[in-house]
Amino acid sequence: MKAKHPLALVFFPAFDWAISPTHPEREERLLYTQDQIFEEGLFDIEGIVEYKPELATIEDIQRVHFCVPDERAVTTESHLISAGGAITVAEAVLNRKVNRGFALVRPPGHHSMRVVHGARGFCNINIEAIMIEYIRDKFGVDRIAIVDTDCHHGDGTQDIYWHDPDTLYISIHQDGRTLYPGSGFHYEMGGPNALGTTINIPLPPKTSEEGFLYALEEVVLPALDDFKPELIINSAGQDNHYTDPITNMNFSAQGYAKLTSRLGADIAVLEGGYSIEGALPYVNLGIILAMAGLNYDRVVEPDYDYEKIKQPRSNTEYIKELCEEINEFRKNIDEMVPKVRAKGETKTRNRQIYYDTDNITENQIEEVVLCNDCAGALKIDSQALGRKRICAIMIPRKACSICRDMGYRWFEEADRRRFDYVYLQDRPAKKYIAR
Amino acid sequence: MLVGLDVGGTHVDVVLVNHGEVEEKVKVPTQSDNLLESVLSALSAILKNKSPEKLHRLVLSTTLGTNAIVQGKVDPVGVIVVSGPGIDPEEFSVGDHYVPITGYVDHRGREVKPIKRVEVLNAAKKFEKAGIRQVAVIGKFSVRNPVQELTIREILKDKFDHVCLGHLISGNLNFPRRIATTYLNSAVQPIHTNFFNSVRDSLQKHRIEKIPFILKADGGTLNLDASLEQPVQTILSGPAASITGALLDPPDSPTTAVLDIGGTTTDMAILVDKVPLFEPLGIKIDRYNTLVRSFKTMSVGIGGDSVVRVEGDRITIGPERIGPAMAYGGPRPTPTDAIITLGLSADGNREKAMEGMKLVADKIGVSPEKAAAQVFEKTCSEILTALNRMVKEINKKPVYTIKELLTGYQVDVKSLLVVGGPAPYFASKLCELSELDAFVAENPEVTNAIGAACARTTCAVTVFVDTEQGFLLVPEMDYKERVSQTFTRQDAIGKAYSLLRKKALALGCSENEIEMELVEEMEFNMVRGFYTTGKNIRVKAQIKPGIITA
Ligand SMILES: [Zn+2]
Ligand SMILES: [Zn+2]
Repeated sequence: MKAKHPLALVFFPAFDWAISPTHPEREERLLYTQDQIFEEGLFDIEGIVEYKPELATIEDIQRVHFCVPDERAVTTESHLISAGGAITVAEAVLNRKVNRGFALVRPPGHHSMRVVHGARGFCNINIEAIMIEYIRDKFGVDRIAIVDTDCHHGDGTQDIYWHDPDTLYISIHQDGRTLYPGSGFHYEMGGPNALGTTINIPLPPKTSEEGFLYALEEVVLPALDDFKPELIINSAGQDNHYTDPITNMNFSAQGYAKLTSRLGADIAVLEGGYSIEGALPYVNLGIILAMAGLNYDRVVEPDYDYEKIKQPRSNTEYIKELCEEINEFRKNIDEMVPKVRAKGETKTRNRQIYYDTDNITENQIEEVVLCNDCAGALKIDSQALGRKRICAIMIPRKACSICRDMGYRWFEEADRRRFDYVYLQDRPAKKYIAR
Repeated sequence: MLVGLDVGGTHVDVVLVNHGEVEEKVKVPTQSDNLLESVLSALSAILKNKSPEKLHRLVLSTTLGTNAIVQGKVDPVGVIVVSGPGIDPEEFSVGDHYVPITGYVDHRGREVKPIKRVEVLNAAKKFEKAGIRQVAVIGKFSVRNPVQELTIREILKDKFDHVCLGHLISGNLNFPRRIATTYLNSAVQPIHTNFFNSVRDSLQKHRIEKIPFILKADGGTLNLDASLEQPVQTILSGPAASITGALLDPPDSPTTAVLDIGGTTTDMAILVDKVPLFEPLGIKIDRYNTLVRSFKTMSVGIGGDSVVRVEGDRITIGPERIGPAMAYGGPRPTPTDAIITLGLSADGNREKAMEGMKLVADKIGVSPEKAAAQVFEKTCSEILTALNRMVKEINKKPVYTIKELLTGYQVDVKSLLVVGGPAPYFASKLCELSELDAFVAENPEVTNAIGAACARTTCAVTVFVDTEQGFLLVPEMDYKERVSQTFTRQDAIGKAYSLLRKKALALGCSENEIEMELVEEMEFNMVRGFYTTGKNIRVKAQIKPGIITA
């Protein structure tokens, strides 16, 4: 047996780390997955190479986040290893040691937004974003697409790439009206400088293989064709599974394997998935085999019954209409962006963000420079209730001179008496300043 | 007195060790078509004028099984596998009679799908028709619950000579390796049994009543009877013999690389605090990845007899051996010829050696002496390059806890211990090139036989506890007991030690040489819903590898 697509695998189950003893994100989470992949002898297969994760550095985090008060305060080693594992896999892929990579790591990251006051949705730092910005800085890759197949909307990843026209973020998830974090509606399509590079496909509860693969064929794959990314990243959450204890979907190991195979992502990163016995051993096996281009036909849960988990007809109709509507949006997206915009004009949004894991409420005023030439300079005034208030300024990776100057002006003007901390992230200069 | 005997490709080496000192050493040529005769003549040579009563222990290490496998001269085996969902079991097919059947045990050891008796009987019929006498039965996750393997054996046991079960081979998870290892075990069982029964008979004829021990790939021994059940553990003991021999007097260094320089290859191993590192899962035998416990070794195709070539203006060494050195009548130049040309060794025909070096010298336009120096340096530097590669590989080994990742031990070789026939000539050059201390073992040409003589009886046990389901299991020993919800990790460790002791005694270990250690201990709370419903405990214990110094 030989992998058709040589695959780098970082497997880091963090057997000595938990959010709390009975939390879904606990030591036991990947135990049975380990049992299954060891028993299947996956690491003996020619072309599947196991790598030891490197630790991500503070600098790696500073390319993405504003951590309050600093990176050490909101992360532990486990987060650095998890993000580092994703980077390790990316290195192997981009150095062409392998064709593809899968970081089977925990804890996850896709609920972590640009500003981090603490943990939300089991996440502290966004491991995919940290990996992606590392790739951009080290390997000069520009256009990247993320396809998030976790059952929860990846609101953190969406937030980080909301204004970035070079990153296509697509999320397929359970409808926000029925599940945490309650966002990811199909009309959320990106900020004024990046309209259309965020695509949300909220599916109704009980959606099964049929619905997922339909959305993949009808929306995800055509959108990828249009965007022409240099690299496709899969946020491979596994909580859409029919046995997952904290969600309501009917997806299966076969479904995940088929989706993985059709998507053909270059790099996958594990996100959620909490059915640690009934789903994860089989779903992970299916994903690994599919990524390596090996046969996965016999990867089936012991209790799998196609008829029992088949989605209701109403789902099929709903999803068809939803996909049509999303594609209609996509077709007309160019007309929604004004052709000429005044130099230096900005747009503001006010938000409240809740950190369920750490019970923090954050109020944010986010101001972005409207720009036809770059992602636009960004200023965030963020107050965590009863905690710190900060001002964070981001000059985007390919900033035009106007946006760069605006960033520095904001930074100079930020009133030290109003804010506990002021941060500047100057991506083109690879600089991060906190004061 | 201890006697160790190692059968190699060209020589049988045998030594007699008394209180840690080598008293006698003998080398006789290997008669590849009559290994028994080779073994017996070597033994009678070393025991000449010795009274057999003084012999405490006799340990044999042979290439019998390996040769049989490599040459395809093994018995046919009927293989039945029970796989359930996952990778298609056809991918792991071994031998010519491989039959996957229905049934499934999951990762927790729950029987998800029963086997079908009729499928087992049909397979048996096919095997009988093909004249097969050996059957191997392997189930996925059988080390978590061997019930299906045991049931199949019940059905088959009267129809065949031997039915080998996968869960008895090793407690480690790895279904494909379990299949290959159980298959090999069955395949070499008849030849192994014949051979060692003849050895036993011949020894008795020679009034040697001591029943020999057999060396395993992990540098430990087991007694002859136990080896008949698990011959696979003994079939690649050659590299282990030399490494174990190196343990007799290793340098005082935190990390030592053992380099066993032979005619065709150099085998390398790493000692950390004077204890060899192990393969995580098992050794590779011929083309088969197995679950046979072994030292971590790497072999490179560079030895004293490696063929030397010139490609363009580059000298290349090996990887194959075409014949002996020209100094010994061989057809092509070798590193040994370089050593003789340089005057490092006075053996062999120096003129012939020079002739060989001249062949090299003419192609690169230097004097034969200069060519010899280059050949010798190239040989040593390639050995060191391979060693670096091995160390890098070891340090890349993944770990699964944060603690291990942050504090994990990294191998950093501080000294070299060179063994094997040409060792004395190589050590100083290796030292010069690597800037490491290089030592030569005493009696380097028989380190392998010394290792056999001094090897301890070793074994390991794997304890798996699932208090939610209320059981404790030691698959290799077919041991299972009920446990309560209050069973702890300490209880599991206690059980591991007591079962390990029992197993070691059964394999021929004497009470006073039992030195046990834990090699793995993990404990997980099992949470279902929001409640802790049990504990999942995994403990591995082993007899500490080492040597008998008495
Ligand atoms: Zn999720
Ligand atoms: Zn701009």
